[in-house]
Amino acid sequence: MESAETKNIIEALLFASSKPLSIRQIKEVLDKTDVQIIRQAVVKLQEEYKGDGRNFQIIEVGGGFRITTLPRFAPWLKKLFSAQKKNIISRQALETLAIIAYKQPITRAEIEAVRGVNADGVTHSLLEKRLIQVVGRKPVPGRPLIYRTTNRFLDSFGLKALADLPEIEELKEVEEDVIRRFASKNRQD
Amino acid sequence: MAGFPWLSKSKEGYRVELDTFSGPLELLLHLIKVQEIDIYNIPISRITGQYLEYLKLMEELDLDVAGEFMVMAATLMHIKSKMLLPKEIAVVEENEEGDPRAELIEALVEYKRYKQAAGHLGELASRRREIFDRGESSIVSDEDETLEADLFSLIAAFRKVLDEVGKEPFREITRSSVTVKEKIGELLSLIRQRKEFAFSELFRNVASRLEAIVSFLAVLELIKQRKIFARQSKLFGEIRILRRD
Repeated sequence: MESAETKNIIEALLFASSKPLSIRQIKEVLDKTDVQIIRQAVVKLQEEYKGDGRNFQIIEVGGGFRITTLPRFAPWLKKLFSAQKKNIISRQALETLAIIAYKQPITRAEIEAVRGVNADGVTHSLLEKRLIQVVGRKPVPGRPLIYRTTNRFLDSFGLKALADLPEIEELKEVEEDVIRRFASKNRQD
Repeated sequence: MAGFPWLSKSKEGYRVELDTFSGPLELLLHLIKVQEIDIYNIPISRITGQYLEYLKLMEELDLDVAGEFMVMAATLMHIKSKMLLPKEIAVVEENEEGDPRAELIEALVEYKRYKQAAGHLGELASRRREIFDRGESSIVSDEDETLEADLFSLIAAFRKVLDEVGKEPFREITRSSVTVKEKIGELLSLIRQRKEFAFSELFRNVASRLEAIVSFLAVLELIKQRKIFARQSKLFGEIRILRRD
């Protein structure tokens, strides 16, 4: 198949899909086309969208590619969708999500150890929103469920992969700081 | 723990559960922040005293205080007693297990870092919300994380109100007074007319401590129901109540 046509087909797939499409999924459709060629076509398409001053863009999120509008249209789109039920996440749920995202795979007891408070309700609401999922049970007494974030989580936060989570540089510094301070054993109260 | 009997009538079964708010670590971080305390050198006896004061007020309000708050109170008192040990003994013990505060500080620092991480995630989500696709609706996090007043800032502001109202709750027993349900109704109609108002405005005309408490519970309930939210633009700044659209 002509490479221009490959690119056109991919564009149609991305346009019609409601979820990010991975290279593997595209390969399932274009089964005779080499993965390398598919990847090149996607990148080419991405560049074309950028270069042509189009009103859409192709972004890589949650393990795949998807077509979205440009940020500058946000005010109008927000107006259009303002009546839609919003998918609201509370601050507590966001905190819990952060703990899961950075420490996964993780059990509820481990989440609660960080938050210092019961995490039953928030875990449930994150599962309901499909931002996290159960991936198994930990082989310890009680066999607690193990949670991980989902691709939908990555997509919702505009991340390609978990490796793109913002590095919490300060955190390391803070840890070192704790060790240093307690090593010197200065006690004043 | 039971609230005060005089409150139960006005509450008519309303019990604000705190699971939509946070736990004891959040309260400690709040105390550390408002007093600009060095997290690595927490004055345990002062913090313990303040922590217990908040706990007492939360009980008076008959908030559904989680058991974790009690556990933390016990932990704080335990640390405090250890810190009070005579120096010679303390030194010996220190060699074995270090600063009695170490574990608590570690927990606070770790919790704080995930709170910060949550802030980062909130920013990412709001950037992602600027672009639209054919998928499901995107995740909306609570109104600007950094500005939203937490429960403990609200309680701090409410304590000031209570000091001004004075302390005469028991006169109210006989008088039939406003209920939480009625206050919620009042607040809803107020917020329908005006998009926002100052937290203090709510208590301008309250006749008693009971009425103040009832109003405050109505605010918490509406925050929980996501009808309104509280905003505090800076530390110790005025708290404003806004309609959530």
